[in-house]
Amino acid sequence: MKSPLATPLLFAFLLLVLIGGLWRMDASPDRILNGLAKLGWLVALMWPPSAGGVLPELLVSLMESLAMAFLGTLLAGVVALPLALLGAGNVIGNVLLRFSVRRFYDGLRGIDTLIWALIFVSAVGMGPFAGILALAVPDIGILSKLFSEALESADRRQVEAVRAAGANRVLAVRLGLIPQVAPVMLSQILYTFESNARSSTVLGIVGAGGIGLALADRIRINNWDEVAFIILLILVMVAAIDWMSRRLRLKIIRAS
Amino acid sequence: MVLLALAITVSAWLGEVSISRLLRGLPLAGDYIAGTIPQLRSTHFFADLAYWMWGFTDWALLLADTLLIAYVGTVLGGLAALLLSFPAAATLAPPWVVAVIRRFLELIRTVPTLVLALILVYAFGLGAFAGMLAIAVHSAGALGKLFAEEHENASLAPMEAVRAAGGSWPAQMRFGIFPQSLPGVLSYGLLRFEINVREASVLGIVGAGGIGEELYLAVRQFEYQDISAILVLILATVAVIDLLCGRLRHRVLGSVAP
Repeated sequence: MKSPLATPLLFAFLLLVLIGGLWRMDASPDRILNGLAKLGWLVALMWPPSAGGVLPELLVSLMESLAMAFLGTLLAGVVALPLALLGAGNVIGNVLLRFSVRRFYDGLRGIDTLIWALIFVSAVGMGPFAGILALAVPDIGILSKLFSEALESADRRQVEAVRAAGANRVLAVRLGLIPQVAPVMLSQILYTFESNARSSTVLGIVGAGGIGLALADRIRINNWDEVAFIILLILVMVAAIDWMSRRLRLKIIRAS
Repeated sequence: MVLLALAITVSAWLGEVSISRLLRGLPLAGDYIAGTIPQLRSTHFFADLAYWMWGFTDWALLLADTLLIAYVGTVLGGLAALLLSFPAAATLAPPWVVAVIRRFLELIRTVPTLVLALILVYAFGLGAFAGMLAIAVHSAGALGKLFAEEHENASLAPMEAVRAAGGSWPAQMRFGIFPQSLPGVLSYGLLRFEINVREASVLGIVGAGGIGEELYLAVRQFEYQDISAILVLILATVAVIDLLCGRLRHRVLGSVAP
């Protein structure tokens, strides 16, 4: 911003990194053309999508993904509430405790769901249970952070009113603080559920339950028509969940 | 309430969860995580640190690759998104074009990056190139919609002026709309880069390059200490990138504030 050369220099640098990056990834025209040809061939094989005669099984694993997303979100919400209270400045006065709790949330959400899934699969075994834990852990970090921010922006006067009526601190939080932020929390939980509905469809790739296992298998054995069918199933489910969650959110906002 | 209870029961049954399983599983997960904690004694702290981070040079290189995948993917995806975002803005293009492009963007951003990566690895071979493409495609879908919304918020007066001066449609977009939406576009692009760094760190699991592959191996071979070492490095990288991008974003948005 200071020198007239700064912007062109920055652009040149960014372009250099881009070209260097493409070179490092072996993005030769030859490879791109071959890849595109192969991709075209795959897409041609995808039509028409077919369930491969196991539609009920696929639907059950899709429901399993959805169940994982639901329970993972629920678990995260239940654990995040007390953690959020510990991290909210207007509930806990101790700065050191608040600081360490907040860094703990950052750690949880800094690691991707899929990495948690890998870890939980080797800790508790394959299956949807590992997936539920993997979805819940990073969400605990995200929800705790969002909840504690919501708590901090709540109105103080209601808490003071409950205190003035002779309630202790716990009751003041329960009756003066939580009701104010409950609608915000519910709508954040719904957002998390939407995001989990998407993530839960890929966890099966590392063995953590759901439709992802079926998808990865079909790709491995080159049944592209079934791959297309499963992707369509996932798209329909995601669209349905988004639609329902949007309606619920509007209801919550109107009710409050 | 009844509905919620029913949903929990059905999900618990589908998810093969029971309280006994949970109680049995949690200590196992706890033990596992405890096993990854390195032994760092204050007496020979640096020797312990060096032992824990034995693969540091390899891992740092792989992390650099991961960042490169995220960067190139964001730039290429962002450029594609920018091209598609003008015809996807309801104020700038006829309704049927907007509808077609918006559906297309929706389609490519709903397919999870990892699924795209699986398919692209098959087409383009193992390695970072397939991962970068997966990130680029997903980013194009996500950013295209956000960019289009930025363009919709822009004032139409400068565009009319360019049209009155005889500018073609691309010229109207370039000189009438784009200067107004640029800060928003840059800010969303930076935000997407942060997300893509996280996504790129797991692509290796399906063979699409980056640090994920090494992590996958460590988990598979129960190299507990390596798992924690790699995770700490990923966390540190993500934190640094978030910090830098946050600063840059404030500067980009601050530079146009009245």
